[in-house]
Amino acid sequence: MELIVQGIIKAFELIVSFDPEVLGITWLSLKVSGIATLISLFIGVSIGTVVALTNFYGKRLVISLINTGMGLPPVVVGLFVTILIWRNGPFGFLEILYTPSAIIIAQAIIATPIVMGISLAAIQNLPPNLRLQILSLGASRLQMVWVLIKEARLPLLAAIMAGFGGVISEVGASIMVGGNIKGYSRVLTTATVMETGKGNFDIAIALGIILLLLAFLVNLLLTQIQQRQRPR
Amino acid sequence: MKSETLIKIENIILQRGGATVLDIPEFQVSQGRILALIGPNGAGKSTLLLMLAGLLKLRQGKFYFKGKPVENRDDLAILRRNAAVVFQEPLLLNSSVYENVALGLKFRRLRNEEIRKSVQSALDYFGIVQLTKRSAKTLSGGEAKRVSLARAFAIKPLIILLDEAFNSLDPPSRETIIDDLKRILEETKITAVLASHDREETLRLAQDVIVMNAGKIVQSGTTAEIFNQPDSEFVANFVGTESILVGTVNSSNEGLMEISVAGKIIEAVGNFLPGQNVYCCLRPENVTVSNYKQDKISARNIFEAKVSKVIRQGYFYKMTLDCGFPLVTYITVPSYEDLGIVKGGTLIASFKATAVHIIRREK
Repeated sequence: MELIVQGIIKAFELIVSFDPEVLGITWLSLKVSGIATLISLFIGVSIGTVVALTNFYGKRLVISLINTGMGLPPVVVGLFVTILIWRNGPFGFLEILYTPSAIIIAQAIIATPIVMGISLAAIQNLPPNLRLQILSLGASRLQMVWVLIKEARLPLLAAIMAGFGGVISEVGASIMVGGNIKGYSRVLTTATVMETGKGNFDIAIALGIILLLLAFLVNLLLTQIQQRQRPR
Repeated sequence: MKSETLIKIENIILQRGGATVLDIPEFQVSQGRILALIGPNGAGKSTLLLMLAGLLKLRQGKFYFKGKPVENRDDLAILRRNAAVVFQEPLLLNSSVYENVALGLKFRRLRNEEIRKSVQSALDYFGIVQLTKRSAKTLSGGEAKRVSLARAFAIKPLIILLDEAFNSLDPPSRETIIDDLKRILEETKITAVLASHDREETLRLAQDVIVMNAGKIVQSGTTAEIFNQPDSEFVANFVGTESILVGTVNSSNEGLMEISVAGKIIEAVGNFLPGQNVYCCLRPENVTVSNYKQDKISARNIFEAKVSKVIRQGYFYKMTLDCGFPLVTYITVPSYEDLGIVKGGTLIASFKATAVHIIRREK
């Protein structure tokens, strides 16, 4: 119990004193996961929409694969990204192993199926005649798709929240491809793992609280946008 | 009245999963007319409607829009831009009424000023200007339907296609919306095709009717023709056994109207203005027959009638009488025998003024 209390006190000290190291780690976490979520948003929403709107052979299999991907284990992603960008790997020439870029790639791979699966379901859930209705009003194909995406904006915001929530809290891939290098590729989760391992429970708790707070604030913001849009 | 052909279809065959959905050797939509497609579920009404809207790819057959063949994507796009569909569900977007009505105009990349004007006049037509700023998701069923109709009219289509558009509405708002729509169609001279399985809706709106079954056209004609002279058992059963008489209001006094029908006068309850064209609808069970004219009887409509057709239907007879206009009645087997009815014989037919259901009609 004392441990937790001490941890909380320490956490507040670190937060209010704007500890530069903690601040740096927090900022990097936010930046890396934010960019990864943005990338996953572009890929996920576009592919999700295309899959939802087209009929092709094996569509159900593809949807099952996407849905399976929503639960992709981060360590497995970390493993494959590591293999790919390893010095002798096919993308070794990029020399990005143990950099924040590598974390962004791994996290984008984790978040994309989540965003894709939710946006696919969101578009499929729109009334079936809505597409015909929009086309009959004279929309081009592109205009129709854009209207549908806008119409599904509430679940799409949920997709962003789920994607961001998934990657900001993920540790396996970040530690494998990022290397937890101090002041360079150390993010909140990898730092928490390390401090816990070293027995620095107070710092670990502090980092944990900041992580929770961060996730909470981002989701609060998105929820505000989402609920303001909700029909009353 | 002869009008120009807006859409013409030849030898259309549409198959889906091995089954024939549409098989239409010939079909056309005349400019400025209101045409109803009626038939049971799965008859192909909605599919035909989507085809008329340019929302279905043609694989077989010919399709002409304003005399020009519709063959490729561009032709289809032209057709689509000139047609507007209103579905059973309002299908409004989650935004304001204004944004919804402006949707089709925005797709056309018109100037804002132009969009504003068109939206305004479309809302005005349907009497919903006061809803302009409301969120579409807060509207009642009737309001939402008006918005979806206004959205279709805002793009000033040449043809408007209504797919069971009034199904989910409660009776009072349904009637006023249908009346408003009819008035607007008359004013704008926009061609309309509606898919429906509601006889009242068809009678109220349509000038022409096409009866469909299993992808085929079973009978086509004017509304009065279809309802009065069904040329098959199927059509007869589908349009119902009600007598539908074409008439014009002669006079109207304190809720009692005199309506001239085929040179005879029918009295009915209602207060349409003299000169109004109407349908007089009469259910078979409301028509009584007797051998002699009664002295005192509450029925205000008494006609001499010739028995033109008798069909036994289980425990009763369905009898078609000719009073100068056709009249259908049911009669039980004992009554039939008591009265000594024979085909070609003469009877007295009577019905109450309150039993006549009056529906407004086009010329």
